[in-house]
Amino acid sequence: MIAMDESNISFFKDGCRLDGRKADQLRPLKIEVGVLARADGSCYIEMGGNKVIAAVYGPREVHPRHLQEVTRAIVRYRYNMASFSVEERKRPGPDRRSYELSKVSREALEPVILTSYFPRSVIDVFVEVLQADAGTRTAGINAASVALADAGIPMKSLISSCAAGKVADTIVLDPMKEEDNFGQADLPVAMTPNGDITLLQMDGGLSPAELHEAVEMAMNGCRQIYELQRKSLVDKYSQLESLSQVPEQEAEACD
Amino acid sequence: MDRKVVIPGDLLSEDAKRSGEGTFVKDGQVYSLLYGLANYRDKINVIPLAGKYVPAPGDNVIGVVKDITFSNWIVDINSPYDGLLHISEYPKRIESDEMSKYLRIGTSVMTRVKDVDPTMKVELTLNDRKLGMIKTGQVIEISHTRVPRLIGKGGSMISMLKKELNCNIFVGQNGRIWINGSADDMDLALKTVLLIEKEAHTNGLTDRIVEFLKKEKEARS
Repeated sequence: MIAMDESNISFFKDGCRLDGRKADQLRPLKIEVGVLARADGSCYIEMGGNKVIAAVYGPREVHPRHLQEVTRAIVRYRYNMASFSVEERKRPGPDRRSYELSKVSREALEPVILTSYFPRSVIDVFVEVLQADAGTRTAGINAASVALADAGIPMKSLISSCAAGKVADTIVLDPMKEEDNFGQADLPVAMTPNGDITLLQMDGGLSPAELHEAVEMAMNGCRQIYELQRKSLVDKYSQLESLSQVPEQEAEACD
Repeated sequence: MDRKVVIPGDLLSEDAKRSGEGTFVKDGQVYSLLYGLANYRDKINVIPLAGKYVPAPGDNVIGVVKDITFSNWIVDINSPYDGLLHISEYPKRIESDEMSKYLRIGTSVMTRVKDVDPTMKVELTLNDRKLGMIKTGQVIEISHTRVPRLIGKGGSMISMLKKELNCNIFVGQNGRIWINGSADDMDLALKTVLLIEKEAHTNGLTDRIVEFLKKEKEARS
Protein backbone atom coordinates (compact mmCIF):
# COMPACT_ATOMS: atom_id res chain seq x y z
CA MET A 1 0.00 0.00 0.00
CA ILE A 2 1.21 3.45 -0.86
CA ALA A 3 1.99 5.28 2.31
CA MET A 4 -0.01 8.46 2.37
CA ASP A 5 1.36 11.39 4.23
CA GLU A 6 -1.36 12.46 6.57
CA SER A 7 -0.30 16.07 6.70
CA ASN A 8 -0.43 17.02 3.04
CA ILE A 9 -3.34 15.19 1.57
CA SER A 10 -5.97 17.20 -0.25
CA PHE A 11 -9.51 15.92 0.13
CA PHE A 12 -11.05 18.43 -2.20
CA LYS A 13 -10.40 19.35 -5.78
CA ASP A 14 -12.47 22.07 -7.48
CA GLY A 15 -15.07 21.81 -4.72
CA CYS A 16 -15.48 18.07 -5.28
CA ARG A 17 -14.25 15.17 -3.21
CA LEU A 18 -11.64 12.64 -4.30
CA ASP A 19 -14.25 10.49 -6.00
CA GLY A 20 -15.99 13.47 -7.53
CA ARG A 21 -18.85 13.73 -5.06
CA LYS A 22 -20.24 16.83 -3.45
CA ALA A 23 -19.88 17.13 0.34
CA ASP A 24 -23.49 16.09 0.95
CA GLN A 25 -23.71 13.38 -1.66
CA LEU A 26 -24.02 9.63 -1.07
CA ARG A 27 -22.00 7.04 -2.89
CA PRO A 28 -23.88 5.03 -5.53
CA LEU A 29 -26.17 2.52 -3.86
CA LYS A 30 -27.48 -0.76 -5.13
CA ILE A 31 -29.82 -3.05 -3.20
CA GLU A 32 -30.97 -6.51 -4.20
CA VAL A 33 -33.53 -8.47 -2.20
CA GLY A 34 -33.87 -12.23 -1.88
CA VAL A 35 -30.46 -13.24 -3.20
CA LEU A 36 -30.08 -16.38 -1.07
CA ALA A 37 -32.40 -19.32 -1.58
CA ARG A 38 -31.79 -21.06 1.72
CA ALA A 39 -32.17 -18.06 3.98
CA ASP A 40 -35.63 -16.93 5.09
CA GLY A 41 -34.72 -13.42 4.04
CA SER A 42 -31.66 -11.94 2.40
CA CYS A 43 -30.27 -8.81 0.86
CA TYR A 44 -27.18 -7.77 -1.05
CA ILE A 45 -26.07 -4.18 -0.91
CA GLU A 46 -23.39 -2.12 -2.58
CA MET A 47 -22.62 1.24 -1.03
CA GLY A 48 -19.83 2.65 -3.10
CA GLY A 49 -16.98 0.18 -2.66
CA ASN A 50 -18.71 -1.73 0.11
CA LYS A 51 -20.18 -5.06 -0.84
CA VAL A 52 -22.21 -6.63 1.90
CA ILE A 53 -24.58 -9.56 2.05
CA ALA A 54 -27.11 -10.09 4.84
CA ALA A 55 -29.03 -13.27 5.62
CA VAL A 56 -31.87 -13.67 8.11
CA TYR A 57 -32.95 -16.99 9.56
CA GLY A 58 -35.90 -17.46 11.80
CA PRO A 59 -37.75 -17.10 13.98
CA ARG A 60 -36.44 -20.52 14.85
CA GLU A 61 -35.65 -22.67 17.86
CA VAL A 62 -32.89 -21.34 20.10
CA HIS A 63 -29.68 -23.33 20.39
CA PRO A 64 -28.07 -23.34 22.92
CA ARG A 65 -31.23 -23.56 25.00
CA HIS A 66 -30.14 -21.37 27.92
CA LEU A 67 -30.20 -18.25 25.74
CA GLN A 68 -33.93 -18.65 25.27
CA GLU A 69 -36.28 -15.96 26.58
CA VAL A 70 -39.73 -17.07 27.69
CA THR A 71 -41.59 -13.95 26.65
CA ARG A 72 -39.84 -12.82 23.50
CA ALA A 73 -37.58 -13.72 20.64
CA ILE A 74 -33.92 -12.97 20.96
CA VAL A 75 -32.02 -11.36 18.12
CA ARG A 76 -28.53 -12.46 17.23
CA TYR A 77 -26.48 -10.38 14.86
CA ARG A 78 -23.17 -11.52 13.48
CA TYR A 79 -21.03 -9.05 11.65
CA ASN A 80 -18.12 -10.64 9.89
CA MET A 81 -15.51 -9.38 7.48
CA ALA A 82 -14.20 -11.76 4.87
CA SER A 83 -10.45 -12.17 4.96
CA PHE A 84 -10.28 -10.83 1.41
CA SER A 85 -12.48 -7.80 2.09
CA VAL A 86 -9.61 -5.44 2.81
CA GLU A 87 -6.30 -4.70 1.14
CA GLU A 88 -4.17 -6.41 3.73
CA ARG A 89 -5.53 -9.87 4.54
CA LYS A 90 -7.77 -9.75 7.57
CA ARG A 91 -7.22 -12.55 10.03
CA PRO A 92 -10.46 -14.48 9.79
CA GLY A 93 -12.78 -14.97 12.73
CA PRO A 94 -14.38 -12.72 15.31
CA ASP A 95 -12.27 -10.02 16.88
CA ARG A 96 -12.81 -7.12 19.24
CA ARG A 97 -14.03 -4.87 16.45
CA SER A 98 -16.56 -7.30 15.00
CA TYR A 99 -17.96 -8.13 18.46
CA GLU A 100 -18.58 -4.47 19.03
CA LEU A 101 -20.12 -3.88 15.62
CA SER A 102 -22.35 -6.92 16.05
CA LYS A 103 -23.58 -5.54 19.35
CA VAL A 104 -24.27 -1.99 18.22
CA SER A 105 -25.86 -3.17 14.96
CA ARG A 106 -28.13 -5.55 16.83
CA GLU A 107 -29.14 -2.76 19.16
CA ALA A 108 -29.81 -0.54 16.17
CA LEU A 109 -32.29 -3.03 14.74
CA GLU A 110 -33.87 -4.55 17.85
CA PRO A 111 -36.11 -1.58 18.77
CA VAL A 112 -38.19 -2.00 15.60
CA ILE A 113 -38.53 -5.77 15.67
CA LEU A 114 -41.63 -7.09 17.43
CA THR A 115 -39.85 -9.79 19.37
CA SER A 116 -42.86 -10.45 21.61
CA TYR A 117 -44.62 -12.13 18.66
CA PHE A 118 -42.24 -15.07 18.84
CA PRO A 119 -41.50 -16.13 22.40
CA ARG A 120 -38.79 -18.72 22.98
CA SER A 121 -37.28 -18.27 19.53
CA VAL A 122 -34.35 -16.60 17.89
CA ILE A 123 -33.97 -14.35 14.88
CA ASP A 124 -30.50 -14.81 13.44
CA VAL A 125 -28.97 -12.10 11.30
CA PHE A 126 -25.72 -12.78 9.51
CA VAL A 127 -23.88 -9.95 7.82
CA GLU A 128 -20.88 -10.77 5.68
CA VAL A 129 -18.66 -8.01 4.39
CA LEU A 130 -17.24 -9.11 1.05
CA GLN A 131 -15.50 -5.87 0.23
CA ALA A 132 -14.89 -3.03 2.63
CA ASP A 133 -14.59 0.65 1.79
CA ALA A 134 -15.49 2.52 5.01
CA GLY A 135 -18.96 2.45 6.48
CA THR A 136 -19.44 -1.30 6.47
CA ARG A 137 -21.50 -1.21 9.65
CA THR A 138 -23.98 1.17 8.05
CA ALA A 139 -24.14 -0.94 4.90
CA GLY A 140 -24.63 -4.01 7.07
CA ILE A 141 -27.50 -2.44 9.00
CA ASN A 142 -29.19 -1.31 5.79
CA ALA A 143 -28.92 -4.78 4.31
CA ALA A 144 -30.02 -6.51 7.52
CA SER A 145 -33.10 -4.35 7.84
CA VAL A 146 -34.20 -5.14 4.28
CA ALA A 147 -33.44 -8.83 4.81
CA LEU A 148 -35.57 -8.84 7.98
CA ALA A 149 -38.51 -7.40 6.06
CA ASP A 150 -37.93 -9.96 3.31
CA ALA A 151 -38.07 -12.72 5.92
CA GLY A 152 -41.57 -11.58 6.87
CA ILE A 153 -40.59 -10.52 10.36
CA PRO A 154 -42.98 -7.97 11.90
CA MET A 155 -41.29 -4.63 12.38
CA LYS A 156 -42.46 -1.13 13.21
CA SER A 157 -40.39 0.23 10.33
CA LEU A 158 -37.20 -0.30 8.42
CA ILE A 159 -33.90 1.04 9.69
CA SER A 160 -31.66 3.12 7.48
CA SER A 161 -28.09 3.89 8.31
CA CYS A 162 -25.49 6.28 7.02
CA ALA A 163 -22.33 7.95 8.26
CA ALA A 164 -21.09 11.51 8.18
CA GLY A 165 -17.49 12.54 8.65
CA LYS A 166 -15.19 15.50 8.95
CA VAL A 167 -12.29 15.94 6.59
CA ALA A 168 -10.22 19.04 6.06
CA ASP A 169 -12.53 20.86 8.51
CA THR A 170 -15.53 20.14 6.31
CA ILE A 171 -18.49 17.92 7.21
CA VAL A 172 -19.04 15.31 4.51
CA LEU A 173 -21.66 12.63 3.98
CA ASP A 174 -20.85 8.93 3.67
CA PRO A 175 -17.05 9.05 3.86
CA MET A 176 -15.11 6.62 1.70
CA LYS A 177 -11.95 4.84 2.74
CA GLU A 178 -9.45 7.66 2.28
CA GLU A 179 -11.65 10.15 4.09
CA ASP A 180 -12.31 7.68 6.89
CA ASN A 181 -8.65 6.76 7.36
CA PHE A 182 -7.21 10.25 7.16
CA GLY A 183 -10.18 12.37 8.17
CA GLN A 184 -10.84 14.02 11.50
CA ALA A 185 -14.08 12.32 12.49
CA ASP A 186 -16.50 9.57 11.55
CA LEU A 187 -20.09 9.50 12.77
CA PRO A 188 -22.31 6.57 11.85
CA VAL A 189 -26.04 7.04 12.41
CA ALA A 190 -28.93 4.60 12.11
CA MET A 191 -32.54 5.68 12.30
CA THR A 192 -36.14 4.91 11.52
CA PRO A 193 -37.77 6.82 8.65
CA ASN A 194 -39.50 9.14 11.11
CA GLY A 195 -36.21 10.23 12.62
CA ASP A 196 -35.78 8.12 15.76
CA ILE A 197 -32.07 7.44 16.05
CA THR A 198 -31.15 3.90 17.06
CA LEU A 199 -27.39 4.10 16.57
CA LEU A 200 -25.02 6.99 17.00
CA GLN A 201 -21.31 6.52 17.31
CA MET A 202 -18.43 8.89 16.93
CA ASP A 203 -14.80 8.40 16.20
CA GLY A 204 -12.58 11.48 16.26
CA GLY A 205 -13.57 14.93 17.40
CA LEU A 206 -16.34 17.36 16.52
CA SER A 207 -17.48 20.60 18.12
CA PRO A 208 -21.12 20.70 19.30
CA ALA A 209 -22.07 22.76 16.25
CA GLU A 210 -20.28 20.39 13.92
CA LEU A 211 -21.92 17.43 15.60
CA HIS A 212 -25.34 18.91 14.94
CA GLU A 213 -24.46 19.56 11.34
CA ALA A 214 -23.05 16.06 10.89
CA VAL A 215 -26.04 14.33 12.50
CA GLU A 216 -28.41 16.38 10.36
CA MET A 217 -26.44 15.46 7.23
CA ALA A 218 -26.30 11.76 8.12
CA MET A 219 -30.02 11.75 8.80
CA ASN A 220 -30.61 13.22 5.38
CA GLY A 221 -28.50 10.46 3.92
CA CYS A 222 -30.58 7.90 5.81
CA ARG A 223 -33.74 9.31 4.31
CA GLN A 224 -32.32 8.91 0.81
CA ILE A 225 -31.25 5.36 1.61
CA TYR A 226 -34.70 4.57 3.01
CA GLU A 227 -36.29 5.44 -0.32
CA LEU A 228 -33.98 2.98 -2.07
CA GLN A 229 -34.58 0.25 0.50
CA ARG A 230 -38.29 0.73 0.04
CA LYS A 231 -37.99 0.66 -3.72
CA SER A 232 -35.96 -2.53 -3.71
CA LEU A 233 -38.64 -4.35 -1.71
CA VAL A 234 -41.51 -3.06 -3.83
CA ASP A 235 -39.60 -3.93 -7.01
CA LYS A 236 -39.06 -7.50 -5.86
CA TYR A 237 -42.80 -7.92 -5.66
CA SER A 238 -43.48 -6.42 -9.07
CA GLN A 239 -40.88 -8.79 -10.49
CA LEU A 240 -42.88 -11.67 -9.04
CA GLU A 241 -45.96 -10.22 -10.60
CA SER A 242 -44.51 -9.86 -14.09
CA LEU A 243 -43.16 -13.41 -13.89
CA SER A 244 -46.61 -14.82 -13.54
CA GLN A 245 -48.00 -12.56 -16.28
CA VAL A 246 -51.20 -11.24 -14.86
CA PRO A 247 -53.88 -10.45 -17.41
CA GLU A 248 -55.03 -6.90 -16.79
CA GLN A 249 -58.79 -7.32 -17.26
CA GLU A 250 -59.40 -9.44 -14.20
CA ALA A 251 -61.73 -7.96 -11.66
CA GLU A 252 -62.67 -10.69 -9.20
CA ALA A 253 -60.43 -11.08 -6.19
CA CYS A 254 -60.44 -14.23 -4.15
CA ASP A 255 -58.75 -15.01 -0.90
CA MET B 1 -57.52 -2.65 -7.30
CA ASP B 2 -57.82 -2.78 -3.53
CA ARG B 3 -54.42 -4.22 -2.74
CA LYS B 4 -51.00 -2.65 -2.58
CA VAL B 5 -47.46 -3.71 -1.72
CA VAL B 6 -46.44 -2.25 1.61
CA ILE B 7 -43.32 -2.43 3.73
CA PRO B 8 -43.04 -2.24 7.52
CA GLY B 9 -43.82 1.26 8.75
CA ASP B 10 -46.00 2.34 5.83
CA LEU B 11 -48.95 4.52 6.76
CA LEU B 12 -52.15 2.68 5.84
CA SER B 13 -54.94 4.76 7.29
CA GLU B 14 -55.76 7.66 9.56
CA ASP B 15 -58.56 5.69 11.18
CA ALA B 16 -57.35 3.56 14.07
CA LYS B 17 -60.48 1.40 13.92
CA ARG B 18 -59.47 -0.06 10.58
CA SER B 19 -56.39 -1.75 12.01
CA GLY B 20 -56.47 -5.44 11.11
CA GLU B 21 -53.97 -8.28 10.97
CA GLY B 22 -50.38 -7.35 10.26
CA THR B 23 -50.84 -3.72 11.29
CA PHE B 24 -50.28 -1.62 14.36
CA VAL B 25 -51.65 1.64 15.65
CA LYS B 26 -49.50 4.55 16.72
CA ASP B 27 -50.89 7.98 17.58
CA GLY B 28 -54.27 7.02 16.15
CA GLN B 29 -52.87 6.06 12.77
CA VAL B 30 -52.58 2.61 11.24
CA TYR B 31 -49.19 1.40 10.02
CA SER B 32 -48.04 -1.83 8.42
CA LEU B 33 -46.03 -4.32 10.46
CA LEU B 34 -45.05 -6.51 7.56
CA TYR B 35 -43.69 -6.61 4.06
CA GLY B 36 -46.68 -7.83 2.13
CA LEU B 37 -49.93 -6.95 0.44
CA ALA B 38 -52.35 -4.56 2.10
CA ASN B 39 -56.00 -5.46 1.68
CA TYR B 40 -58.33 -2.50 2.02
CA ARG B 41 -61.69 -3.71 3.29
CA ASP B 42 -63.56 -2.55 6.40
CA LYS B 43 -60.38 -3.48 8.18
CA ILE B 44 -56.98 -3.19 6.61
CA ASN B 45 -55.08 -6.47 6.70
CA VAL B 46 -51.53 -6.96 5.56
CA ILE B 47 -50.90 -10.40 4.12
CA PRO B 48 -47.23 -11.31 4.44
CA LEU B 49 -45.23 -12.56 1.46
CA ALA B 50 -43.01 -14.69 3.66
CA GLY B 51 -42.64 -15.74 7.25
CA LYS B 52 -42.85 -18.67 9.60
CA TYR B 53 -46.01 -20.44 10.63
CA VAL B 54 -47.12 -19.62 14.17
CA PRO B 55 -49.63 -22.17 15.47
CA ALA B 56 -53.07 -21.00 16.58
CA PRO B 57 -55.80 -23.05 18.29
CA GLY B 58 -58.11 -24.76 15.81
CA ASP B 59 -55.62 -24.90 12.94
CA ASN B 60 -55.37 -28.14 11.04
CA VAL B 61 -51.73 -28.99 10.53
CA ILE B 62 -49.69 -31.83 9.09
CA GLY B 63 -46.78 -32.85 11.24
CA VAL B 64 -44.02 -35.41 11.36
CA VAL B 65 -43.32 -37.30 14.58
CA LYS B 66 -39.75 -36.51 15.53
CA ASP B 67 -39.48 -37.88 19.05
CA ILE B 68 -41.37 -39.86 21.63
CA THR B 69 -41.30 -39.02 25.33
CA PHE B 70 -43.00 -40.69 28.27
CA SER B 71 -46.50 -39.55 27.35
CA ASN B 72 -46.09 -37.24 24.37
CA TRP B 73 -45.23 -37.49 20.75
CA ILE B 74 -43.14 -34.52 19.71
CA VAL B 75 -44.31 -33.41 16.32
CA ASP B 76 -42.50 -31.15 13.88
CA ILE B 77 -45.16 -28.83 12.47
CA ASN B 78 -42.98 -26.71 10.19
CA SER B 79 -42.83 -23.88 12.71
CA PRO B 80 -40.37 -22.50 15.24
CA TYR B 81 -42.39 -24.37 17.85
CA ASP B 82 -42.81 -28.13 18.16
CA GLY B 83 -46.20 -29.67 18.68
CA LEU B 84 -46.95 -31.98 21.59
CA LEU B 85 -49.39 -34.78 20.96
CA HIS B 86 -50.38 -36.25 24.29
CA ILE B 87 -51.13 -39.95 24.55
CA SER B 88 -54.68 -39.17 25.72
CA GLU B 89 -55.33 -37.27 22.50
CA TYR B 90 -54.96 -40.46 20.51
CA PRO B 91 -58.43 -41.76 19.55
CA LYS B 92 -57.77 -45.07 21.27
CA ARG B 93 -56.58 -45.73 24.79
CA ILE B 94 -52.97 -46.90 24.60
CA GLU B 95 -50.24 -47.69 27.07
CA SER B 96 -47.27 -45.41 27.22
CA ASP B 97 -44.76 -48.16 26.42
CA GLU B 98 -46.68 -48.97 23.26
CA MET B 99 -46.65 -45.46 21.82
CA SER B 100 -44.14 -46.25 19.12
CA LYS B 101 -46.38 -49.06 17.87
CA TYR B 102 -49.03 -46.55 16.87
CA LEU B 103 -47.05 -43.54 15.74
CA ARG B 104 -43.39 -44.17 15.03
CA ILE B 105 -40.71 -41.55 14.57
CA GLY B 106 -40.99 -40.29 11.02
CA THR B 107 -44.73 -40.85 10.73
CA SER B 108 -46.75 -38.06 9.16
CA VAL B 109 -49.93 -37.14 10.95
CA MET B 110 -52.86 -34.89 10.19
CA THR B 111 -53.60 -33.17 13.47
CA ARG B 112 -55.32 -30.14 14.90
CA VAL B 113 -53.88 -27.56 17.27
CA LYS B 114 -55.89 -27.92 20.47
CA ASP B 115 -54.30 -25.20 22.49
CA VAL B 116 -51.36 -22.83 22.50
CA ASP B 117 -50.25 -21.25 25.75
CA PRO B 118 -48.41 -17.92 26.06
CA THR B 119 -45.03 -19.64 26.23
CA MET B 120 -45.89 -21.27 22.90
CA LYS B 121 -46.41 -24.79 24.20
CA VAL B 122 -48.44 -26.28 21.37
CA GLU B 123 -50.89 -29.05 22.20
CA LEU B 124 -52.16 -31.17 19.35
CA THR B 125 -55.06 -33.57 19.10
CA LEU B 126 -56.06 -36.50 16.92
CA ASN B 127 -59.59 -36.69 18.28
CA ASP B 128 -61.54 -36.13 15.09
CA ARG B 129 -62.61 -38.41 12.30
CA LYS B 130 -60.83 -36.23 9.74
CA LEU B 131 -57.53 -36.46 11.57
CA GLY B 132 -55.09 -39.33 11.80
CA MET B 133 -51.94 -40.93 10.56
CA ILE B 134 -51.03 -40.60 6.88
CA LYS B 135 -50.70 -43.99 5.21
CA THR B 136 -51.20 -43.26 1.51
CA GLY B 137 -50.94 -40.35 -0.88
CA GLN B 138 -48.31 -37.64 -0.75
CA VAL B 139 -47.55 -34.56 1.27
CA ILE B 140 -46.24 -31.42 -0.36
CA GLU B 141 -44.97 -28.32 1.31
CA ILE B 142 -45.72 -24.74 0.28
CA SER B 143 -45.27 -21.48 2.11
CA HIS B 144 -47.93 -21.16 4.80
CA THR B 145 -48.64 -17.61 3.62
CA ARG B 146 -50.15 -19.09 0.44
CA VAL B 147 -52.59 -21.38 2.23
CA PRO B 148 -55.49 -18.89 2.33
CA ARG B 149 -55.37 -18.66 -1.47
CA LEU B 150 -55.36 -22.42 -1.81
CA ILE B 151 -58.52 -22.58 0.28
CA GLY B 152 -60.12 -19.61 -1.43
CA LYS B 153 -62.96 -17.42 -0.24
CA GLY B 154 -65.26 -19.60 1.85
CA GLY B 155 -63.42 -22.68 0.60
CA SER B 156 -64.25 -21.98 -3.05
CA MET B 157 -60.84 -22.92 -4.40
CA ILE B 158 -60.32 -26.07 -2.41
CA SER B 159 -63.79 -27.50 -3.05
CA MET B 160 -63.33 -26.83 -6.76
CA LEU B 161 -59.98 -28.61 -6.68
CA LYS B 162 -61.33 -31.63 -4.84
CA LYS B 163 -64.12 -31.97 -7.41
CA GLU B 164 -62.05 -31.35 -10.52
CA LEU B 165 -59.02 -33.34 -9.46
CA ASN B 166 -60.79 -36.38 -8.08
CA CYS B 167 -58.44 -36.25 -5.10
CA ASN B 168 -58.73 -36.17 -1.39
CA ILE B 169 -56.97 -33.06 -0.18
CA PHE B 170 -56.16 -32.06 3.40
CA VAL B 171 -54.73 -28.60 3.78
CA GLY B 172 -52.56 -27.94 6.80
CA GLN B 173 -52.41 -24.31 7.88
CA ASN B 174 -48.67 -24.82 8.28
CA GLY B 175 -48.27 -25.13 4.50
CA ARG B 176 -48.21 -28.91 4.26
CA ILE B 177 -50.80 -30.41 1.99
CA TRP B 178 -51.83 -34.04 1.75
CA ILE B 179 -53.12 -35.30 -1.57
CA ASN B 180 -54.53 -38.75 -2.14
CA GLY B 181 -55.88 -40.13 -5.42
CA SER B 182 -54.78 -42.05 -8.50
CA ALA B 183 -51.22 -41.47 -9.69
CA ASP B 184 -52.27 -39.28 -12.63
CA ASP B 185 -54.66 -37.24 -10.56
CA MET B 186 -52.04 -36.69 -7.92
CA ASP B 187 -49.54 -35.47 -10.49
CA LEU B 188 -52.00 -32.93 -11.78
CA ALA B 189 -52.94 -31.93 -8.23
CA LEU B 190 -49.29 -31.39 -7.40
CA LYS B 191 -48.80 -29.21 -10.45
CA THR B 192 -51.91 -27.21 -9.63
CA VAL B 193 -50.98 -26.59 -6.02
CA LEU B 194 -47.51 -25.43 -7.02
CA LEU B 195 -49.06 -23.13 -9.61
CA ILE B 196 -51.33 -21.67 -6.96
CA GLU B 197 -48.35 -21.12 -4.70
CA LYS B 198 -46.48 -19.32 -7.45
CA GLU B 199 -49.38 -17.08 -8.42
CA ALA B 200 -50.94 -16.68 -5.00
CA HIS B 201 -50.60 -12.91 -5.02
CA THR B 202 -52.51 -12.35 -8.28
CA ASN B 203 -56.17 -11.57 -8.83
CA GLY B 204 -58.82 -13.86 -10.30
CA LEU B 205 -56.85 -16.94 -9.43
CA THR B 206 -59.73 -19.42 -9.16
CA ASP B 207 -60.90 -18.71 -12.71
CA ARG B 208 -57.41 -19.11 -14.06
CA ILE B 209 -56.94 -22.40 -12.25
CA VAL B 210 -60.24 -23.72 -13.64
CA GLU B 211 -58.98 -22.89 -17.11
CA PHE B 212 -55.59 -24.44 -16.42
CA LEU B 213 -57.25 -27.67 -15.29
CA LYS B 214 -59.48 -27.73 -18.35
CA LYS B 215 -56.47 -27.42 -20.62
CA GLU B 216 -54.48 -30.05 -18.75
CA LYS B 217 -57.36 -32.46 -18.89
CA GLU B 218 -57.81 -31.98 -22.62
CA ALA B 219 -54.14 -32.66 -23.14
CA ARG B 220 -54.47 -35.87 -21.22
CA SER B 221 -57.47 -37.32 -23.04
